[in-house]
Amino acid sequence: MPRLYRRSRKTQQQESSDKLAFLLNGEWVELDPVSPTLTVLEFLRRDRRLCGTKEGCAEGDCGACTVTIGELHGSKIKYQAVNSCICFVGSLHGKHLITVEGIKQNGKLHPVQQCMISSHASQCGFCTPGFVMSLYTYCYQQEPGFSRQKINDLLAGNLCRCTGYRPIVTAAQKLLKRKNLSRYGYSDQAVTAQLKKNHFKKSHSFSVNDATYHSPVSSDELATLLQDHPKATLVAGATDVGLWVTKQQQKLDCIISIERIDALKTTRVGKDMVSFGAGVSLSEARQVLMSDYPDLGELIRRFGSEQIRNRATVVGNIANGSPIGDLAPALMVLDAKLTLRVGSYRRFVKLDDFFIDYGKQDIKPGEFIESIQIPRVFKDAMFSVYKLSKRFDQDISAVCGAFNLQVDDEGIIKDIRIAFGGMAGIPKRASNVEQALMDESWSLQTINKVMPLFEADFQPITDCRASAEYRILAARNLLKRFFLETQSESIETRLSGAVE
Amino acid sequence: MSNPGFKFVGQEYAHDSAELHVTGEAVYVDDILLPENSLYVFVQGSAIAAGKLTKLDLTKVKKTEGVMAVITAEDIPGENNIGPVVHDEPILTQGKILFAGQPIFAVAAQTLAQARDAAQYAKIEYQPKEPVITIEQALKANARVLPDAVIKRGRSSAVIKKAEYQLSGQLCIGGQDHFYLEGQVSLAVPQENGQMLVYCSTQHVSEVQELIARALNVQNNEVVVETRRMGGAFGGKETQAAQWAVIAALIANQTKCPANLCLDRDSDMIMTGKRHDFNVDYKVGFNQKGVIEGLEVILASRCGCSADLSGPINDRAMFHIDNAYYLKDITITSKRLRTNTVSNTAFRGFGGPQGMMVIERIMDEVAQKLGLDALTVRSRNLYGKTTRNMTPYGMKVSDNVLPELIEQLKRNATYAKRRKLVEQFNQSSSIIKRGIALTPVKFGISFTTTFLNQAGALVHVYKDGSIHVNHGGTEMGQGLFIKVAQVVAEVFQVDPAHVKPCATRTDKIPNTSATAASSGADINGMAAKIAAEQIKQRLIEFAVKEYKISKASIKFAPEGIKIGRKTVRFKTLAYQAYLARTSLSAQGFYATPKIHYDAAKGKGRPFYYFAYGAAVTEVAIDTLTGESKVLRVDILHDCGQSLNPAVDMGQIEGGFVQGMGWLTTEELYWDKQGHLQTHAPSTYKIPACSDVPQTFNVKIWNKGKNLEPTIFRSKAVGEPPLMLAISVYSALTHAIASMKSGADLPRLDAPLTPERILMAINQ
Repeated sequence: MPRLYRRSRKTQQQESSDKLAFLLNGEWVELDPVSPTLTVLEFLRRDRRLCGTKEGCAEGDCGACTVTIGELHGSKIKYQAVNSCICFVGSLHGKHLITVEGIKQNGKLHPVQQCMISSHASQCGFCTPGFVMSLYTYCYQQEPGFSRQKINDLLAGNLCRCTGYRPIVTAAQKLLKRKNLSRYGYSDQAVTAQLKKNHFKKSHSFSVNDATYHSPVSSDELATLLQDHPKATLVAGATDVGLWVTKQQQKLDCIISIERIDALKTTRVGKDMVSFGAGVSLSEARQVLMSDYPDLGELIRRFGSEQIRNRATVVGNIANGSPIGDLAPALMVLDAKLTLRVGSYRRFVKLDDFFIDYGKQDIKPGEFIESIQIPRVFKDAMFSVYKLSKRFDQDISAVCGAFNLQVDDEGIIKDIRIAFGGMAGIPKRASNVEQALMDESWSLQTINKVMPLFEADFQPITDCRASAEYRILAARNLLKRFFLETQSESIETRLSGAVE
Repeated sequence: MSNPGFKFVGQEYAHDSAELHVTGEAVYVDDILLPENSLYVFVQGSAIAAGKLTKLDLTKVKKTEGVMAVITAEDIPGENNIGPVVHDEPILTQGKILFAGQPIFAVAAQTLAQARDAAQYAKIEYQPKEPVITIEQALKANARVLPDAVIKRGRSSAVIKKAEYQLSGQLCIGGQDHFYLEGQVSLAVPQENGQMLVYCSTQHVSEVQELIARALNVQNNEVVVETRRMGGAFGGKETQAAQWAVIAALIANQTKCPANLCLDRDSDMIMTGKRHDFNVDYKVGFNQKGVIEGLEVILASRCGCSADLSGPINDRAMFHIDNAYYLKDITITSKRLRTNTVSNTAFRGFGGPQGMMVIERIMDEVAQKLGLDALTVRSRNLYGKTTRNMTPYGMKVSDNVLPELIEQLKRNATYAKRRKLVEQFNQSSSIIKRGIALTPVKFGISFTTTFLNQAGALVHVYKDGSIHVNHGGTEMGQGLFIKVAQVVAEVFQVDPAHVKPCATRTDKIPNTSATAASSGADINGMAAKIAAEQIKQRLIEFAVKEYKISKASIKFAPEGIKIGRKTVRFKTLAYQAYLARTSLSAQGFYATPKIHYDAAKGKGRPFYYFAYGAAVTEVAIDTLTGESKVLRVDILHDCGQSLNPAVDMGQIEGGFVQGMGWLTTEELYWDKQGHLQTHAPSTYKIPACSDVPQTFNVKIWNKGKNLEPTIFRSKAVGEPPLMLAISVYSALTHAIASMKSGADLPRLDAPLTPERILMAINQ
């Protein structure tokens, strides 16, 4: 070891007095303003010298940086696994951050650590803290019973290159057989009491070197802020914007975070409609949507990873205008609508109309998406969505196809909506194919007839995910798969999800 | 099997750092607490793949806030070279651009963010030229990094012509990124009098030392390189670590400040070498039983912009064309191609996997042609025990355990029954199809460059009885340190907990070889044993004098040293020996015997022995989308007498899954201009947890024993299991074949992504 000195961050120019306050491994931390784009990972490793949390990719894909973040939901604390590499420190205000250094109890290894050791589940050890934290987080929310599928889902966002995962799965199985795992963690009561301090209910903001981080607590405040700063970067979980910083070195002068606005975290389940506020995460949305639309539940299960879904929002996935989606094509065929707001003025836009062109959406400066409304299953409709990617879990689609069909008693197509991600510069309806199918009989013959029209609807590109030829062929075949699945449940048509 | 009669060797001790791993306390290079004046280094790569620099103006970079140093090729006091064998690759470009991402300059600042920001202010202009990116382009341009090589036996051309059946084909085998979770990282700390201490995540401390010394124009003894552990390596930190260590040392040397250079993931994937991709042409003649009579193979590999280790890698590909099979008349030609891509390098298997892929593909094709079970064809071609047992390069296969091992695996995995079930399934299932395959592995153990097969170790026994062991091997997660500690523990009959493995350092053990070629435990374990045995002998000699007893009456046992009827604790004897002025420190040295190879003749015994294994894999494919899933895997692997079955199990499982990734989801994609488009985990997909088959039965062969006197008769296990994953490729072939009625298999290039599978079905 060289001579070891503590490295201190240079004192930065301070312009705002709001301090950031949160619990770090059970201890209060109060920070003077930091750069709005400082990531939790960087803060831990460079400022706090807590180096157990690792950087493997700086894009939320490998999970070596996984930490646990506890947040009050009403009077209850809820812990979630998060990728610290793309999470801004500003988002920690009023929360409890737990790192691998903070999970021993009275100097004794946590059961997850014991199980990892006894299962020989670490080799190089670099990914290990991330796995430990993913499993540790689950200890707080442990559900009775667990399957291999559950373990796969819990760990989909943690990559290991040495072990081949088997011993880690064994460690998880050993761990989850134990009961009441939450007792090995921080006391809910004590932490809740600490976090209930009043000032966390107020909006706050801080600035360093002309860059500002705003964290309002009401929609009205947000609307005003955004009118004042129309060029501001709006973030919820920052699972996309985080990469603008870590990958593109973008300097963001003004970040407005919506994550402390309770009104935007609301889910409303009506008879005909589900509505998600802009702050509703994919994890939360999945719980609601999976019963109406099992396929949508499966799609979201494969969307990112546990860590990403905990932070990423449904609305964020729409607002960033990705040509792939993955939610967009599914929500388009379900005829979802957006509520956009500027100041106190609201307007409604059909999701179909929201995507104008690559990188261009129907949203004006100062405007934000307040919520999304998704119709619930209507009678006789058949809905499927399929995601094709090189890897089943935590991959971005090469092609994502969604189908929503209504046929009458004679087997005539009364309504069909088909949309694809990954086939054009925007998520896009297959309008020529749809048109040709309308009022025809729902048969293999009809389907074969309309196949050539895919080329009229889509001219996909060749890139690292797939070639144009594959995309067209696979898109056609997905229509065929959809047809087969509407015909009989006995034909096996899927390798993921259905097969366990 | 584990070692009978041994107390500590053969036991399932946890990894030496297991507790540090799970608590996050294990210190990796980027975790070392830095002195106040430390600098962070960012390396700027080229924006084009081929051509030259016409302008490099760094004025504004140097003036940026926080920047303390900017270096280019001109700032290198010594040799501007990073080529380990052939000196053909610069540390920083001298003007010529060899690949997109090639380091042009390095900037050091007080924070990494400052260094990265500053680099954007460089004014760089290029004169681009048409790059040579693909293997086809390199063949057309006749671009080589090294001369072609040939291994030849008999008259393959004539034999193929005369054979009852012939077939020929092509196969492209993709490369692979190492994707170690810890990127390349070095920390150079200047010492007094111009000396340099460098903490580096490398498999090869001595080479890093030497390349730094050459760049700084000093002798090797001015530079110390230390590696405690790596966050994964897989061959990717054998030669590829040096460049960053050298740049950090150059910055540290110039500024007299410690310099940390940690590549971010994207830079790492763009700027460091990968597994070689191969285009293969083959022609084969065989009889009606499927026995191969003649074979001609041309291996064309993309070596990238420099030679690096491409010589021995392509040699090893040639040595493994036979895999487990006797190929009597054979000609193997190897073309080592130069391209404007990053220089490809060592990766677990080191060319072996690509070689084996060729023959396994041929086995599948021969079986399809003759309508036989591919396993029947494989079995008929296996090396014999007493005849048909000479490799094309003239080494006798003297301990071929495969017939027996395959038989046992077939039974364990109920191969025959399951193959029938697969066929039944395919008859009733129209969209999802299944496939099953058993493939063997025979892998040669030793560096094929003979002189590298040497190792040193240093063992200290302290007067309190605690033990310290150093050796030239590095710990990258493979469990080498605990294995060597077990070896030393066995010699002294003390618990391995008393044996402390220490960081690998060039000032403790000089002239180390890379920890590579699966040789780590074989050679370093042996060197440590030799060192420990010397101290043990001295302790015995001391005890003979002290206790006035014969040598034969002294025995080391776990409860202590039995001296006649007395039992003396190890620490007591150590202390007594110390007082009697006995040296309790010893150095051990080991050189692998029996090996030699004449590259010009293509003959010799490049390997000390072979490691064996076999795997049965069952898969399913979706014929509408090309998606695939591995359903079940059964493995039986020969570790000789395992030093640590838990550690070896980890190598087998981990190697298999890594190989599975190579052949299925891991696809490297360069655009036409030579820019790698898959340079992060969002685009480059290594296996995730759910890709591992739900049924994954892995067993270490209970009859394993090394015929050669290796360290406690164990066998190397680092690389061989990766090639067990060829069974995945073969099973996928079987599933795809179920869609084809004819005798010809469609061409199947690796990796078998959904796209490749769907296109093959629709061919």
